[in-house]
Amino acid sequence: MSDFVSSGWALFVAVTTVLSLVACIALLVIASRRRVMADDNTTGHVWDADLRELNNPLPRWWMWLFVATVVFSAVYLAFYPGLGSNAGSLKWTSQGQFESEQARALERMESVYAKYRAMTPEQLMADGSAMAIGQRLYLNQCSQCHGSDARGSKGFPNLADADWLGDGTHEYVAKVIKEGRNGVMPPMAAAVGTSEDVRNVANYVLSLSGSPHNAAAAQLGKPRFGTCAACHGLDGKGNKAIGAPNLTDRIWLHGWGEQAVVNAITNGINNAMPAQGRLLTPDQVQVLSAYVLSLSRPTAVAAAK
Amino acid sequence: MPPAGEDVREEIVSLYVKQKKIYARAVSGWFARWRWATVWATQLVFYGLPWLEWNQRQAVLFDLAARRFYVFGVVLYPQDFIYLTGLLIVAAYSLFLFTAVAGRLWCGYACPQTVYTEIFMWIERRLEGDRARRMKLDAAPWGASKVLRKGGKHAVWIAVALWTGFTFVGYFTPIRELGASVLGLGLGPWETFWTLFYGFATYGNAGWMREQVCKYMCPYARFQSAMFDRDTLIITYDAGRGEPRGTRGRKTDLKAAGLGHCIDCGLCVQVCPTGIDIRKGLQYECIGCAACIDVCDGVMDKMQYPRGLVRYDTLNGLRQHLSRGQALRRILRPRVLIYSSILVLIVAALFAAIALRTPFKVDVVRDRGALARQVEDGYVENVYRLQLMNATEVSQRYRITARGIDGLAADVAAAVEVGGAQARWVPVALRVPPGPAAVAGPGSHRVEFVIEQLPPAPGAATHQLVEKSTFLVPR
Repeated sequence: MSDFVSSGWALFVAVTTVLSLVACIALLVIASRRRVMADDNTTGHVWDADLRELNNPLPRWWMWLFVATVVFSAVYLAFYPGLGSNAGSLKWTSQGQFESEQARALERMESVYAKYRAMTPEQLMADGSAMAIGQRLYLNQCSQCHGSDARGSKGFPNLADADWLGDGTHEYVAKVIKEGRNGVMPPMAAAVGTSEDVRNVANYVLSLSGSPHNAAAAQLGKPRFGTCAACHGLDGKGNKAIGAPNLTDRIWLHGWGEQAVVNAITNGINNAMPAQGRLLTPDQVQVLSAYVLSLSRPTAVAAAK
Repeated sequence: MPPAGEDVREEIVSLYVKQKKIYARAVSGWFARWRWATVWATQLVFYGLPWLEWNQRQAVLFDLAARRFYVFGVVLYPQDFIYLTGLLIVAAYSLFLFTAVAGRLWCGYACPQTVYTEIFMWIERRLEGDRARRMKLDAAPWGASKVLRKGGKHAVWIAVALWTGFTFVGYFTPIRELGASVLGLGLGPWETFWTLFYGFATYGNAGWMREQVCKYMCPYARFQSAMFDRDTLIITYDAGRGEPRGTRGRKTDLKAAGLGHCIDCGLCVQVCPTGIDIRKGLQYECIGCAACIDVCDGVMDKMQYPRGLVRYDTLNGLRQHLSRGQALRRILRPRVLIYSSILVLIVAALFAAIALRTPFKVDVVRDRGALARQVEDGYVENVYRLQLMNATEVSQRYRITARGIDGLAADVAAAVEVGGAQARWVPVALRVPPGPAAVAGPGSHRVEFVIEQLPPAPGAATHQLVEKSTFLVPR
C-alpha cells in the first residue's frame, strides 16, 4: 500500500536516498586531499594582525566511523522499508510488529487465563486477582460508555443493579459482551391513540412504579395500557425473552419523568451496544462477565478492596 | 604564506590522519595520588552500590519494567522525574562552580572516561611495561612474547569491561539474579545486549580511544573557555621563570649561563596523556590531570630548584605577579560566590523536597464518555477514576472525600487499600442533591477531592492530598 497518490514519489524518495548516500561517500573522497597552504598548519591567511585559521586533519577513526554509518544505512535499507515503496527483505511492518507483540502478550497471559478457564463464574467472583483483572479489563473496555463506576447514564445501562433486560446469567452477559445488543422498541403512538392518550398512558406507566405522576391522567391511561402489555406484560413486569424492560421499578434507562416516557412511546427506542468480541479473547470475556455480574452481587465478591 | 617569488609548494596531504599512539609515561606525586583516590572512590561506589540490600530488595534499583525507582528507602515513580532534573541542575552548578575555581577538575579526576582510561592504562603498564618498553614492544615483530603480552592485556581489558557492563545492567535488573542467570547461562536477550554494549563501549573508549574522546568527541573541552575566567586556577608553565630553556649541570650559575629553570628534559610532554606540551600554554586538549606538575616538581627537586615551574596558577596571577595567597583569595569572587549560593539553595531545596514529600500521589481522571448523569430523585452524579499511587513499601489505607458544593458526597468505600509501591485505580462517583445542584446552576463547578492517608497506628503521622477537579451539572 503506497503512502502517496502517485507511485512517482516513491521512486523519487528512493533515488534521492541512494544519491545522498553516494554523495556522502563522494564528499569524503573529494575532501580527502588538500594542498598545503602554509608551514604552520594554518590556511595561510592572517586576519586582524594575529587571527589564523588552523587546518588540522581529521582522525582516521572518525572517517571510518562515517563510512560505517553509510554502510549501516545501506544494510538497513536493504532489510527494512525506507527506499520509497520497497518493503525490505525482512518485510517488516508496524502492523506486523503489533500483531506479534499481541501474540506474545497473549502467550504470557496464557498461564493466568488457563487457571481461570477451569473455574465457574462463582469461583471467579470469589477470586480476588481474577476480579482485579476483571476490573482492569472493565475500565479499559467498558467504562467509556458504562462509566468508571459501572452505573451507566442515560442510554447506557447501569451494570451494578440486578435489573437485567435478559436473564442475567453469566452466559447472557458473555453473549452481550461478545455480540453486542440492540434494544428496540417500535414507536407505539399510532397504536395507543392521540397524543393526549399517549400522555395518559405515560402517567399510568409512571404510576406503576410509584413515581410522581398525575393520578387523573393515569386513570385515563390504564385502559390503553393493553397495547403495551403485548411486550411489557399485563402487570408491566417486562419480558426477559424479548428484552422488554420491567416498568414497575424505578430504573429509567432512557430518562425519567413524563416527557421521557412520552418520547419513548412516540419515537420508540433503538439502543445499540457494539460487539466487543473482536477486541477481547474468549478467556477475557469470561473473566469480564464474571466481574460485571459481581458488581450486582456484592455478597459474592471477595475482599478485592 | 609561502614567500612570493619562490615555487609555491604543491604538497598534497591527506585530510585524514592516523592517530599517533601516545605512550604516556608513568608518574607519581601529589596530584597522581589524588587521581587514584578519586578512581577508588568513584569505582567503589559504582561497582559496590548494586550489591547493597535494603528492605529485602536491592538498595539502588531502577526497575524500568515496573516503573519504580528505588534509592534506599525512597520509592520513586516516573512522575518523580523532577527530582532527577533537580539532581542534574545540582550537577551542572557544581560543575560550573569547581570549574570556575580550578579548571577541568572533572576531566582530570572524576570523569568516567578518565577513570577507566587510568584503570586500563595501569593494566597495560603491568602487562606491557613502562613507556620505553611499550614503545619497543609495539615496534617489535610479532612473536610469542608479544602475542602473550598483548593478548593478555586485551583479555584483562575485556574482562574488566564485561564486569563493568554487568554492573551497569545490575542497576536495572537485580544484580544477584543477574549473576545467577549469567552463571546458569540463562541471561535474557536484552540483558545480554546491554552488558555487551556497555562492555564494548568501556573496552573501546578506555582501551583504544582514550584521549581521542577528550580531544574530538567530548563537548566539554570545547566550552571550557566559557567556564574559565582570569582568576581560574589552571595548569600553567611559568615561562618567565623557565625561559630560556636548556640543559645544564646542577651547579651551573643560571644568571651567568642566561638560562631559566626549564632544563628541557621533555618529561612534561612524555607524561601527558593527551600528548600536548604544556610549555606552549593552556590548550584545549589539556584535561587537567596535573601529571606534568608532578613530574616537573620531581625534576625541580632533583635539580634543587624550587617546585612549581609547572603549577596551578591563574592568568591574573601570572600577569600581575600575584603571590600564592593573593591568587587564592581571588577564589572568593562574585562568580564563585553566586554559583556557591545557588548550589547550596538548590541542594537544600532538593533534599527538603524529597524529605518532606507526601508518600503517595493521586491523579483524578474524570469520565469523559458520560459527563454527568441524573439519577432517580433528581440527584446529579459525575463519575471519576482516581489513581492512587503508594510511594511507600508498606500497604496503606486511604479515605476519599470531596468538597466544593453543598451536599456533595463521594460514593466510595470508607477506606481504600493500596499495596506497597502499588498503584490502583478507584472509581468514585460524586453526587449532589437536586436542590444544591439547581442552586449551583448548570455548567462546570470546581470541586476538590481530599485524600487522607489513614494512620497505620493510632497517633501516627498522616498525610493528606487535595486534588482539584470539576463537577458538571447538566442543563
